Amino acid sequence: MVGCEMTVPLAVFFVLAALAVIGAISLILQKHPIHSALSLIVVMIALAGLYLLLGAEFVAAVQIIVYGGAIMVLFVFVIMLLNAGIEEHTSISKMAGVPGLLLVVALAGFVAATIARSTESIQATRQSGEMASTLGISNMIFKDFVYPFELTSFLILVAVLGATVLAQREKS
Amino acid sequence: MVPTNYYVILSAVLFGLGVFAFIFKRNIITIFMSIELMLNAVNLAFVAFSQALGKLDGQVFVLFVIVVAAAEAAVGLGIIILIARNRQTLNVERVNLLKL
Amino acid sequence: MTLLSANAELIITVVKIVLLLFIVLTVNAYLTWFERKVVAHMQSRWGPHRVGPHGLLQPLADGVKFLFKEDPTPAGADKFVYYLAPLLALALALTGLALIPFGPDPIRLFGHDIYLGIAPPDVNIGILALFAITAMGVYGVALAGWSSNSKYPLLGGLRSSAQMISYELALTMSVVGVLLMAGSFNLKKIIEAQALHPEWGLFGWNVWPQILGFFCFFVAAVAETNRVPFDLPEAESELVAGFHTEYASFKFAMFFIAEYTSMITVSCLCSIMFFGGWLSPFPASWTFAHYLPSAILIPFGLWVIWDGIRYETLFGRIILPGLGTAFAALGAAFVLLPNVNEFIQAPFWLLSKILVFLFVYVWMRGTLPRFRYDQLMAFGWKLLLPLSIVNVIVTSFVILAKMTWWGAK
Repeated sequence: MVGCEMTVPLAVFFVLAALAVIGAISLILQKHPIHSALSLIVVMIALAGLYLLLGAEFVAAVQIIVYGGAIMVLFVFVIMLLNAGIEEHTSISKMAGVPGLLLVVALAGFVAATIARSTESIQATRQSGEMASTLGISNMIFKDFVYPFELTSFLILVAVLGATVLAQREKS
Repeated sequence: MVPTNYYVILSAVLFGLGVFAFIFKRNIITIFMSIELMLNAVNLAFVAFSQALGKLDGQVFVLFVIVVAAAEAAVGLGIIILIARNRQTLNVERVNLLKL
Repeated sequence: MTLLSANAELIITVVKIVLLLFIVLTVNAYLTWFERKVVAHMQSRWGPHRVGPHGLLQPLADGVKFLFKEDPTPAGADKFVYYLAPLLALALALTGLALIPFGPDPIRLFGHDIYLGIAPPDVNIGILALFAITAMGVYGVALAGWSSNSKYPLLGGLRSSAQMISYELALTMSVVGVLLMAGSFNLKKIIEAQALHPEWGLFGWNVWPQILGFFCFFVAAVAETNRVPFDLPEAESELVAGFHTEYASFKFAMFFIAEYTSMITVSCLCSIMFFGGWLSPFPASWTFAHYLPSAILIPFGLWVIWDGIRYETLFGRIILPGLGTAFAALGAAFVLLPNVNEFIQAPFWLLSKILVFLFVYVWMRGTLPRFRYDQLMAFGWKLLLPLSIVNVIVTSFVILAKMTWWGAK
């Protein structure tokens, strides 16, 4: 499978990929939601490392700041506030486990096999470093994609208002 | 240079694991986290293709996906808090009646 | 790049990491001594002065105490998360220091360029990566509070982490003005953008046009590191001891070291972004100012010798003159070796600015009362965040005006 020799980027890729997959499997196997949250944080850090390996440094930093430092903190807060305990499995869920596993393995395996078999594999056409990733992204956001950008700021405003209203205590 | 195929295969594997967690887990917060895992897998595919084709469109779209995921997590967790307050349970199977 | 030079880079980096860890941990220990002495003198008492001359061996005694104290684990605590939390806090705090450059020029040794600072100087996302590491620091506090399986730590941990994420927004927004002026996230380029007019000296620094940004950044940074006046979640009289109530001896020491290390990191960031980093406050034409390090070290060394000769204990009468001789000899060496003198100008100014900021931190601890929690949150969301956004807007308008209107004239 590994036709080329083991260079340093390839070794780093395998380490980070193994970390991401182990984190995802741990998300499934852990019983307490807080341990699942910690596993998901590990997955996100591994993915940020993969983005750095791909030369997307701005996206890697934003992934850690927003996903790892804000969204997952929100999850951890909610788990702590709601005193979520060890989850219980009923008989229905145990029955759904095995066929679910088979279906997911089939789906992921089919996608992976199709990609692996494609002969016109897309090789990287350029080395990173032409335009710095941050400069290029900001050029695109503020020139080509300015309308979706303004829409996302509106979306965040709506989400903030919605979360504030939803989490209020009932005025009894 | 790591071939792009490897990244996309990893993205498919992570997506599959996210789908399995979505089906199998019973705690609603963990189900929500599996949605985030699926979104992350898709982000990885975007960035991998962005590097392969040499254009930055993929990375811009990843930023939009991250923003949308943040907004969705905020509102979704608000709804989860309300459900937990009203039904006193976080188990998805026990929230199976529209009427309390 | 041959295999040998690749290995040499690795060895140099590992040596730099070990050296930095050693220096940072020692500075942390003596920072606790400094804090206790300064706060004590502000309160008209002496502070530690028995353990070693002038209390200088007090950090050593504290370290030995931390190592030998009993280390209980609370019943019902989630073991994995309980052990993970202080580890996470310490690791993240120490990692932040790897991104800071301590000097612009490399040392040329065995044919390799050794830069002062662990990360290479062309990290294009320097500031952003530092903020990423700071953002992850919330987990140490939140997980510590939750895993202790006890009321006070849980409340303290939740309050403390809510405070940290609230002030993180103001922290990152207040820096945007500096980034707009410098045009890059790279820390070295931010300092170089303040050196455009070397004959202005300290008037070219970023603090003058960005005074509002500096105020917002400093206050938000103090809140982020949970220091007075924002330390309600860990104050002794309020919530027992907040999120680290159930942590004893070495794990508590880890939280302690993490807090002081983040203080040092924030002081470094303040000096680099707003106060010119390693730039001298004197205009570049005043070359006699290059002798300032020696002019400070030699009299200081002589004063320590004079004080040590008349000290009350025999141990002090041996150690203090030795220390004083070391300082004076260092100052004399800088005068006699002009190459070395030119080289240490940059790190000297950066370290002095960091020391000034650490003194301001300790000064605030000795002087200011704490905020109540609701006052704290209102201040962060209703005052600091709008102020930092106003700073961004005003800075953008001024830069736009400079580009189009004044520049075109």
